[in-house]
Amino acid sequence: MLVYIARRILYMIPTLIIISVISFIIIQLPPGDYLTSYIAQLSETGESVDEAVIASLKKRYGLDQPMYIQYFMWINGVLHGDFGQSFEWNKPVSELIWERLALTMAVSLFSLIFTYVVAIPIGIYSATHQYSIGDYFFTFVGFLGLATPNFLLALVLMFLFYKYFGLSVGGLFSPEFVEAPWSWAKVIDMMNHMWIPVIVIGTAGTCGLIRVMRGCLLDELRKQYVVTARAKGVGERKLLFKYPVRVAVNPIISTIGWTLPSIVSGATITAIVLSLPTTGPLLLRSLMSQDMYLAGSFILLLATLTVIGTLISDILLAWLDPRIRYEKEAA
Amino acid sequence: MMSIFKKNKPEERTEEYGEYEESYYVASQWQLMWRKFRKHKLAMGSIFVLVLLYLGGIFCEFVAPYDLESRQIRYVYCPPQRIHFFDEKGFHLRPFVYGLKRKIDLVTLQKSYKEDKRKKYPLQFFVHGQKYKFWNLFEADLHLFGVERGGVIFLLGTDRMGRDMFSRIVYGARISLSIGLVGVFLSLIIGLILGGLSGYLGGVTDTIIQRIIEILRSFPTIPLWMALSAALPPHWPPLRVYFGITIVLSLIGWTGLARVVRGKLLALREEDFTMAAKVAGCKDMRIISRHLLPGFLSYIIVQMTLSIPSMILGETSLSFLGLGLRPPITSWGVLLKEAQNVRTVALHPWLMIPVLFVITAVLAFNFLGDGLRDAADPYH
Repeated sequence: MLVYIARRILYMIPTLIIISVISFIIIQLPPGDYLTSYIAQLSETGESVDEAVIASLKKRYGLDQPMYIQYFMWINGVLHGDFGQSFEWNKPVSELIWERLALTMAVSLFSLIFTYVVAIPIGIYSATHQYSIGDYFFTFVGFLGLATPNFLLALVLMFLFYKYFGLSVGGLFSPEFVEAPWSWAKVIDMMNHMWIPVIVIGTAGTCGLIRVMRGCLLDELRKQYVVTARAKGVGERKLLFKYPVRVAVNPIISTIGWTLPSIVSGATITAIVLSLPTTGPLLLRSLMSQDMYLAGSFILLLATLTVIGTLISDILLAWLDPRIRYEKEAA
Repeated sequence: MMSIFKKNKPEERTEEYGEYEESYYVASQWQLMWRKFRKHKLAMGSIFVLVLLYLGGIFCEFVAPYDLESRQIRYVYCPPQRIHFFDEKGFHLRPFVYGLKRKIDLVTLQKSYKEDKRKKYPLQFFVHGQKYKFWNLFEADLHLFGVERGGVIFLLGTDRMGRDMFSRIVYGARISLSIGLVGVFLSLIIGLILGGLSGYLGGVTDTIIQRIIEILRSFPTIPLWMALSAALPPHWPPLRVYFGITIVLSLIGWTGLARVVRGKLLALREEDFTMAAKVAGCKDMRIISRHLLPGFLSYIIVQMTLSIPSMILGETSLSFLGLGLRPPITSWGVLLKEAQNVRTVALHPWLMIPVLFVITAVLAFNFLGDGLRDAADPYH
């Protein structure tokens, strides 16, 4: 097991390096560099541009050096917690991102749990009641969820709440808690606001999982051990949950690797529509104003956290399913 | 009568059956697939829907009663008009619309429209209306439908500038639906080359390409797409932005195709007929194009069909956020940008209609892909 975990962590290193390179390319993509935008912004507001400040900034980010040295300086800073400066907010990026990232991860985690809690029972129902009205209904709803863009669902839910309850459902906190420091009451308030984004983000992934769960379980149910167990008089409920469901759940758990990126993806766009205080709206804003250190840091951290999430799910799966553990160790 | 039926039926059936059997054995792979595919009702229906949507997109100048930018200033935020078959005199075979009367609420300044029952405009087909340049090639003024001069027809309402939503959606179909095809085509090229190299060469090349694919798949797509499309220079002409967005979308889209190509190549490479071709002295290119490619072409088509929806959804999301296409290019996502807040949705819900088209197209491609996958699978 330890060997397996170590190997997986080793595999992660090249992934993280490539992610950092992509993020760096994104930072460098817009024409001009951070400094020219900064100077332009300063002269726009009429402030005088201090040569000494510019020289020190230039040195700090290595802007007069070749590209690969700039990359190493940047990644060195990142590893020490310095993500660069956001010129729009005039603050270090690291002051802006952590709380938003934590909230993004909270929303994503709850969406992931929601997806599984909804998809697995429905998948089991659809498989045991194949071709029934319920099966067709869930298949249809699932496909609809897959085809409906997240942002639309968010808009429609917001509209319905606004129309029938007169509630504004944007945001993640009630007005009195937005600026308040973290407290137990704030957490409870957040939970009360959490479920709309969670439903919106969760529905997109649910469909795929229902299909996988249904397919796997149907395959299992046709196997001979099920027939044998039934012939021996094992009760239907026990028969279903003790063996086939346990086998069929495994592929579902191994799909976290691709469910998580799509959930983080969905969370980004949903958060923009619902104006949640997560990474989405700030990322969009920073991209619009070409506040590239902020944008690049978001991309870097979102991708890194997704990869770590996938790693955790892989380890969980190996712990859950000895076959994977031994196969990988042998390989 | 009954006796004739009874007598004829069994003979007919055996004959038919025999014929079926014989044609079954001599049928080519594609004929077999078509036969299976036809049984998939949902997929057949989807083909029909898609053909309709694409025809609308291709001939949008002709299908739309108004052109993209024509503004009816007197009709701003007009709700969808109802088409009537009945009036006070009873049923009419030719449907008609009533004229519209505008009323402005003096307090809220909201405009509302009421049907003016005195004015009737029958719906006419193949009418001469606004002039347009068809495919930018020749001038024409024929439209699929319309009403007489003086009347207006807004099947799906109008937007804040008094532009007909139905016309804009039809024009948007051309962009939204083609971006999926162009994007998939680009992904196909990248996927074929990299997947082919990976599968055919194997070894270190294979490992590297597979790692890259894994890394790209672990990226949350929307943030990456957002960042890349935000980097497109704002001064680019619309057409270049269009291709820029397509390239951004296909940067991740190719991974799925490359995987299919590699997997199938690896399997087919070990087959006896490949060895036979090699022994017979065929060159690599000939083996790939004559012997291997036909073997996995069907799988590629399936994978392509299934990756079009994500491109359409991606473009819609990006344009909705304002990072994708920009006016004057009009796609469904650009149209949806108008419906960005709850207020608009509450007051003018018809601005959300483009999304129904997005959902329809995405569902149709998904069902079509499902049908094709079942048909292409010989063991199914």
